[in-house]
Amino acid sequence: MTCDVCKQGQATVHLTEIVDDQMTELHLCEECASQKGAQMESHFGLADLLAGLADFGKQLETEEVAGQKCANCALTFEDFRKVGRLGCSECYTTFHRSLATLLKRIHGSTHHLGKSPMKTATRTPKVKSELVELKRKLQEAIDVEEFETAARLRDQIRELEQNKHRKA
Amino acid sequence: MELNDLINHTSEWLKGTGPNSEIIISSRIRLARNLAKHPFSHRAKKPGQEEVLRSVEAGLADCHALKAALFLKLADLDEVDKQFLIERHLMSRDHALGDDHKGLAISDREIISVMINEEDHLRMQALQSGFNLRQAWQILDALDDELAAKVEYAFSNEWGYLTACPTNTGTGLRASVMAHLPALVMTKQINKVLQAIAKLGLTARGFYGEGTEAVGNFFQISNQVALGHSEDELIENLERIIRQVIEHEQNARDAMSRQDRMRLSDRIGRAFGTLQSAYIISSNETVDLLSSVRLGVDMDIVKDIDRSAVNELFILIQPAHLQKLEGKKLSSAERDVKRATLIRSKLIGNSHP
Repeated sequence: MTCDVCKQGQATVHLTEIVDDQMTELHLCEECASQKGAQMESHFGLADLLAGLADFGKQLETEEVAGQKCANCALTFEDFRKVGRLGCSECYTTFHRSLATLLKRIHGSTHHLGKSPMKTATRTPKVKSELVELKRKLQEAIDVEEFETAARLRDQIRELEQNKHRKA
Repeated sequence: MELNDLINHTSEWLKGTGPNSEIIISSRIRLARNLAKHPFSHRAKKPGQEEVLRSVEAGLADCHALKAALFLKLADLDEVDKQFLIERHLMSRDHALGDDHKGLAISDREIISVMINEEDHLRMQALQSGFNLRQAWQILDALDDELAAKVEYAFSNEWGYLTACPTNTGTGLRASVMAHLPALVMTKQINKVLQAIAKLGLTARGFYGEGTEAVGNFFQISNQVALGHSEDELIENLERIIRQVIEHEQNARDAMSRQDRMRLSDRIGRAFGTLQSAYIISSNETVDLLSSVRLGVDMDIVKDIDRSAVNELFILIQPAHLQKLEGKKLSSAERDVKRATLIRSKLIGNSHP
């Protein structure tokens, strides 16, 4: 097996990464692996992570949000990039898309599975479980290359998410 | 209860009891919470901060676990008081900076403390002696449930508890243990262990948390990820890795005891001797020597001295504690003398190993 990066060396290091049920495999020669290893280590540690936030922010900002302001506390994404702290709970809605990317990088996930302050009856709201189920079906459809079904499911998910945001 | 009464009691987490207390000094759970819509502390204006402080204090005062609690306003405290609370691990260094409408609640026996208007509106912690994360979690979970009925938390179904820093978003939970790992340091295996810990998504820090150095072979090990797992899973993951750290430290202690007990006894004996004989001593030197004595107690090389007494000394010899004991401000040089006197009085009468 040849190395996935340089396509020359003999792959002796095999990395498997699982993020949200998606598995990616990487086969590397020793030289490329040590480079990749150095990259990975540089992302460890909270201090490193926070220092790295600025970079994440920059990259994210160009994707959208330039000039956008939180209606509740007036924080801009630029402000967030500078201080690494959000302004209020509503910032999470204002900068939803950029934060989703960021949260995924920090935690490897964008789905809260812990406790909730609501009473037990509302602990798993119906909308959320329905969404989770639809997303699972979507992934299945993609996996078996049923693209028509996938497109239909995608539209359903979009509609549900929009409804949710309107309510929120 | 008043602030100055705290010094006459040993904090619950220093008791030296609980599972694996020969290696794990204490276990801590902290939760970050905010009130919905209110700007986070760093962005709030003074009236906003005051409102948060007032409503959170009112909510907390009603909670079962805080019935006999001490409520403090940071604005009422002087520098020594603040340092004193940091030394007792009841609040963070950050909380001592700037005192605009910051509050602190401390429960009976110092098991729970709640910082109000720190980075998040609420930072609550529960501390337990030994390797006892479950107990700490149960205590804090109950308080959190109770408070959730009184104030409206910033929460989203998708992302969980919303915090000022996205590294805490989700459960807002950080679980940590304070581990004493002298044998891993002495046998030069500690870096390997710390690297492994980092690769497993955990962080190791010094005695006073974030940004502090590891003195006296103490390491605070905690989870880094807060989103995508339940609180139980996060705690279980930390527990699993800590169990391995404990095993490595225990193996290193056993190996040293088998192969080199004489040298180990010599080192511990000298540390004990210095502490009993010094007239001037700095806090860093004290902590290093106490670490050796503590290892001696755990390995039965030092006898006739109680583990909790050694634990307590780690805190009592800190600058603000010495000044509280003396009842006045002391210069650094004066503290070094006072410290040595205190240690002699606590350790003399105990036989040399």
